[in-house]
Amino acid sequence: MSDSYDQISQQLKGRHRKSTRLKYISMSALALAAAFLLIFFADMLSKGLPAFQQAMINIEINYTEDASTNGRAAVDRDFSTLISRSVVRVIPLQMRNDPSLLGTTQNRWVLADGSVDQYLKGNRVRLDDEEMARIDRLVEEGKVEMQFNSGFFSRGDSKMPELAGILSAVVGTVMTMIVTLAIAFPIGVMTAVYLEEFAPDNRLTQLVEININNLAAIPSILFGLLGLAIFINFFGVPRSSPLVGGMTLALMTLPVIIISTRTALRSVPESIRHAAFGVGCSRWQVVKDHVLPLAMPGIMTGSIIGLAQAMGETAPLIIVGMVAFIPDVTASFTEAATVMPAQVFTWAGEPDRAFVEKTAGGIIVLLAVLISLNAAAVLLRKKFERRW
Amino acid sequence: MNSQVPEMSEQQSPAVGQPYTRNDQACHDLSIRVRDLNLWYGKAQALNGLNIDLFQKNVTALIGPSGCGKSTFLRCLNRMNDLIPTVRIEGLVEMDGRDVNAPKMDEVALRRRVGMVFQKPNPFPKSIFENVAYAPRMHDIVSRKAEQEELVEKALRDAGLWNEVKDKLHEPGTSLSGGQQQRLCIARAIAVQPDVILMDEPTSALDPISTATIEDLMDKLKEKFTIITVTHNMQQAARVADYTAFFHLGEIIEYNDTKVMFSTPAQKKTEDYISGRYG
Ligand SMILES: Nc1ncnc2c1ncn2[C@@H]1O[C@H](COP(=O)(O)OP(=O)(O)OP(=O)(O)O)[C@@H](O)[C@H]1O
Ligand SMILES: [Mg+2]
Repeated sequence: MSDSYDQISQQLKGRHRKSTRLKYISMSALALAAAFLLIFFADMLSKGLPAFQQAMINIEINYTEDASTNGRAAVDRDFSTLISRSVVRVIPLQMRNDPSLLGTTQNRWVLADGSVDQYLKGNRVRLDDEEMARIDRLVEEGKVEMQFNSGFFSRGDSKMPELAGILSAVVGTVMTMIVTLAIAFPIGVMTAVYLEEFAPDNRLTQLVEININNLAAIPSILFGLLGLAIFINFFGVPRSSPLVGGMTLALMTLPVIIISTRTALRSVPESIRHAAFGVGCSRWQVVKDHVLPLAMPGIMTGSIIGLAQAMGETAPLIIVGMVAFIPDVTASFTEAATVMPAQVFTWAGEPDRAFVEKTAGGIIVLLAVLISLNAAAVLLRKKFERRW
Repeated sequence: MNSQVPEMSEQQSPAVGQPYTRNDQACHDLSIRVRDLNLWYGKAQALNGLNIDLFQKNVTALIGPSGCGKSTFLRCLNRMNDLIPTVRIEGLVEMDGRDVNAPKMDEVALRRRVGMVFQKPNPFPKSIFENVAYAPRMHDIVSRKAEQEELVEKALRDAGLWNEVKDKLHEPGTSLSGGQQQRLCIARAIAVQPDVILMDEPTSALDPISTATIEDLMDKLKEKFTIITVTHNMQQAARVADYTAFFHLGEIIEYNDTKVMFSTPAQKKTEDYISGRYG
């Protein structure tokens, strides 16, 4: 008996070794995951941040008689290849709208061509030596410089990289999400309330429950096929529109909202329901006045997370035609639109090198929105978290 | 109300003593009449042919060992058992001559008249004011702000809580101490002006001082309300109850005037339980 303590220690040594080993394995797994994340962010930022800068050229625009029909005539021949085609294209229109411009000369900062922009960002471009020399000279004179690319946030897509912006995709995403939320939130919450607070616990409700849980695990592309078959082909909802995209994503978000709402409802203590029933509330009053207000933060968090998931979704939207070239901001729920991840997808397929940074820039914007949404969800939960 | 002195056929419930010992006639108005009440949770029978008459403006204490069905019985009186899907009830529970389990009896209306205070204080996670004002407003007893304030003050005064909370009516009810919360729950129950208040071990989670406050309260409340309370504390039953019913394994072993029951129990089991010799 006297050596039993030593025996135990002997035995324990092996066990301690094992747990130490396990601890280090877990830690290295974590480190690996963190490293991947870091590499991903570093790569994304290094590729994407240049998209928020854009080369601008200060040129002289002569609003001559010629320029009113051919915008090219308004600028020096040497510059015409360096500035964006969009600049000269609009000159006749400008002059028609404002006749007093005729005969005047203005110095203005205008968009540089995509190739100039890329050259200044140190990427390989198809420019001849003479053009490069001219650009270098202009830089020295201070007539070419990098400025914040506000156009990236204020314009829609374009085939000209210097013009391509993410606004139409952002607007498309917002409209699609409005449709998704307007459909999925009330239906999801009411379904959950029915299942949790009203439905009898029988075979049928159990079956419904299992199916809802399974629905959450279905590959999202199938929802796209469903949307195509039902909403577009059967109900005739316009293709590529925020309406059909939102409806499709609503199908996908619905189970997420139902499940999180049920969890939130279930976490409301039974004693609160008893208290409410005890003072003579009807079932609906119990739900409306006592259970739902307490469950609301949980419901909102779940919905925001479901929405964030839907926002990052591309596959089902490709099927319903939301990957489209949309240069103008969509104004209606039934017109063709695109969404942020689809825009990223479109840019990723462009052959022009200048679109690489657009792709990464688009991803940064998308990630920023998603991270803020998730942060909002966390804050909401923190703010309304209460003890009872 | 239909019978001054309740008829209790001996063969039906031989164990139930007749509470005619008090000479104050007003105390004998019948509030709730229970006949042959059986209750099952699934297949397990929890209440076994209960017969009892509960009197208006009295405190009736239900005592008995744990698991004997006191809470279950209490929930039969305001149909809170409806919330448990496995429950099956047979027999008669009559309040003021109306069968509470009848199909046309609205359980919401019943609970408006039969309030309940739970074992664990469960104020709504709302302000103290809202805790009291919510139910009366819902039942259209009051609507204007001034009426609400008046009623809240009255209910809180009746519950002996007013002085402690009058300056913080808009703080959450859950921020009060356990004893204050329980009194808030009592205020909430009396604010709808019910006829009957059911209390399931209202003092089991409280310290002696809060317990004494609530006992005093019951004494005062019985001027207006019929109180049926469950307790594990024999002294409490002896102190506050006019009548006491002893439950055992889903049956009522003995039911009598508290003084009689505690001095000369008719049944051996009752005597054992009261004197602490039981189990
Ligand atoms: N929801 C329920 N489902 C199934 N059985 C139950 C349920 N509630 C109570 N019972 C059973 O019914 C019997 C009576 O329970 P009850 O809660 O009425 O006892 P009690 O006298 O209030 O006990 P205590 O003094 O411990 O509160 C017990 O055997 C219990 O197991
Ligand atoms: Mg109990």
